[in-house]
Amino acid sequence: MKSQQDVPEVSYVVEDRDDWGHLAEMRVDPIGLFQRLRDECGDIGRFRLADRDVVLVSGAEANEQFFRAPDSTLDQAAAYPFMTPIFGKGVVFDASPEERQQMLKNQALRGDMMRGHAATIEAEINRMVSAWGDEGEIDLLDWFAELTIYTTSACLIGKPFREELDGTFARLYHDLEKGTDALAYVDPYLDIESFRTRDAARVELVALVQAVIDKRLARAKANGGSVPREERDLLDVLISVEMTADYITGIFISMMFAGHHTSSGTAAWALIELMRHPEAMKDVVAELDDLYADGAEISFQALRSIPRLEAALKETLRLHPPLIILLRVVQEEIELAGHTIAPGTMVAASPKVSNRIPEDFPEPDSFDPGRYLDPRQEDLVNRWTWIPFGAGKHRCVGSAFAMMQLKAIFSVILRDYEFEMVQPPETYADDVSKMVIQLQQPCRVRYRRRQR
Amino acid sequence: MRVLADLDLCQGHQMCQGEAPDVFGFDEDADLVVVLQEHPEESLRPQVRAAVQYCPAMALALEEA
Repeated sequence: MKSQQDVPEVSYVVEDRDDWGHLAEMRVDPIGLFQRLRDECGDIGRFRLADRDVVLVSGAEANEQFFRAPDSTLDQAAAYPFMTPIFGKGVVFDASPEERQQMLKNQALRGDMMRGHAATIEAEINRMVSAWGDEGEIDLLDWFAELTIYTTSACLIGKPFREELDGTFARLYHDLEKGTDALAYVDPYLDIESFRTRDAARVELVALVQAVIDKRLARAKANGGSVPREERDLLDVLISVEMTADYITGIFISMMFAGHHTSSGTAAWALIELMRHPEAMKDVVAELDDLYADGAEISFQALRSIPRLEAALKETLRLHPPLIILLRVVQEEIELAGHTIAPGTMVAASPKVSNRIPEDFPEPDSFDPGRYLDPRQEDLVNRWTWIPFGAGKHRCVGSAFAMMQLKAIFSVILRDYEFEMVQPPETYADDVSKMVIQLQQPCRVRYRRRQR
Repeated sequence: MRVLADLDLCQGHQMCQGEAPDVFGFDEDADLVVVLQEHPEESLRPQVRAAVQYCPAMALALEEA
């Protein structure tokens, strides 16, 4: 067994002027940094983030050790300091595996709730699309970010709360997501513009939630203290236990966070990849036309198998995982790739790097939905390196919800519209300057109602 | 064929019970999947494959044995 000192350090390509190690490169080209680390160091290497070492692993064996480690060994919450000012102090980053299981059992992500969510999501997409004419242009980031604010709030918090929201909420929420500069590893409260914008946005969100709370209280008063059951949602429950608007806002932000930029970005990238690959688009459209030819309900079908669309979505997730790095802090000594790693060290796995390991995914940079069809099934065969949803006990608990939502979105928009790029294909790209990665604007596409 | 469930990975979504109810059960106390038939008959293969494919925790596997 080798010690932590034997873990090789990745080289520098961006000058470290502030003595914060690789932080400067993290803020301009994190993917380049993580990929170079694997190229130079192999399955285990390290880089420096402000005052601490981050040990980054990749490859099936090391990833499995990373993802199988219990919470008592690798802790998640301490690894994401940039989330604290967004959620607010005292709002948990993530539940323990036991609590997550309990949430699944009792709450919104339960399997038998999915049917209702599918219908809710279909209605929200139809509402957004009803503003479209026969043809026009949309900005992919703005459009999908707004749509997923409505779907996540309606499904996870409740429809009455969703009805109080409009584009303003979506814009403020986006400001929070932009406030995730890696400089948070130096100090999450540094006086920089993106953190100031983040904090101002949170204040405005609390004010919006406070206004909704005031309306609920006034309504309850007018009703003699009670609200009809069908008009109640999670907000009423939280009001009844006398939580402050600030704390309730923090809970809502944290509930929506995991499902928002992730689903929004994946929907946008799936559409971009399908436009870039007309053959794949043709296959998916033909599959959907066939499925819905007899007037099947989208809310029913989105919960069932749609193999070609699913394959295109999985391939989008492989190439464009919404989270490019997953972090933990070592609590108890752990062995990773033959090295003993000490408590206090940060350790990481990178979906972006693992998903493109050429030994597991031949021609890793090419968009090939055929990977997921029989008999290749590259996602199942490589369950420790095909990791757009992470893996292990902390694997994204909303993956089934996310896939259902994406299937519903594409069922609606590809049934009624066709799409074309209005920019050169290579100009659709991610802005990787923040820990939460989002499409770089402009990212415009043209839609046209299908003639049938 | 042989059906395997990794109980360290199971998150208790219970999707497999919907896909292949004869093969997968659920332990309510432990919140974990229970493999009812380790070697199901060939006719159940499509159901078991779907359960493996749609498990949200990627906790199931199908081996040829």
